[in-house]
Amino acid sequence: MGFSQTKDPRGVTVVQVDGQLIVGNRQELKDMVQAAVEKGDRRLLIDFSRTGYIDSSGLGALVSISKRIRESGGELRLSGLNDDLRSLFELTKLDTLFAITETPEQALTSF
Amino acid sequence: MTSPLRLCVRRTSASGESATLVTLRLPSDVSCIEEAVELVTRHCLAGHHATSTTQFRLRVVLSEALTNAIIRGNGEDRTKWVDVRAELVPERIRVSVTDEGPGFDPDSVPEPLRPEQLDEANGRGLYLIRKLVDTVEFNERGNSICMILRRP
Repeated sequence: MGFSQTKDPRGVTVVQVDGQLIVGNRQELKDMVQAAVEKGDRRLLIDFSRTGYIDSSGLGALVSISKRIRESGGELRLSGLNDDLRSLFELTKLDTLFAITETPEQALTSF
Repeated sequence: MTSPLRLCVRRTSASGESATLVTLRLPSDVSCIEEAVELVTRHCLAGHHATSTTQFRLRVVLSEALTNAIIRGNGEDRTKWVDVRAELVPERIRVSVTDEGPGFDPDSVPEPLRPEQLDEANGRGLYLIRKLVDTVEFNERGNSICMILRRP
């Protein structure tokens, strides 16, 4: 459970969300992304292939992260949302705010 | 370390139809939410068929309601408790979450879909609950939410 960070050979920072993204751990994800941006990372992918559920606090954290990356001139993509997770983005219209791809590979090749 | 969560599970069977009642009391600590969601979901659905979407929706709305109760209702005051009561019968799951706060007016919470609100980090919790379950009710004081999911 938690977040792991790797660097793709193309230089994209990939963050994997294992388990839930909820009020109890959202700050950890925000801090991880903030540190990556401060280090100079500008292309970030958050992958949800191993995620159980996200609550509105988690969605809010993604909105803050997206804003922070845009302000730094970077790009954020999301991938690996199953139908249930994707429905949360559609219900809240956040699917219009984020660049979402089905698989992490699709996101990485489209940066 | 022992868990601060207090769980009680009761299973009944009458006329060939089984029912499960789960009650859980937890302190006003957001770090307890994930465990509380798992305990209630697991014990409520044990021995019953539920689609993955029903399980997902139950977990999300429980997490939302507990977050609201702990942060907005009880103000994260750890001397205050949150009570969960989940009842599963063949046709539905009924979950109530009650805090010790003064309550709020659910009709005063705006829908978070206006374009200028998309960039806001907060304000989607109650909206999501309303979209993910079949019925949402509040008590008169506004400190107890009752959510009903019909079982497919």
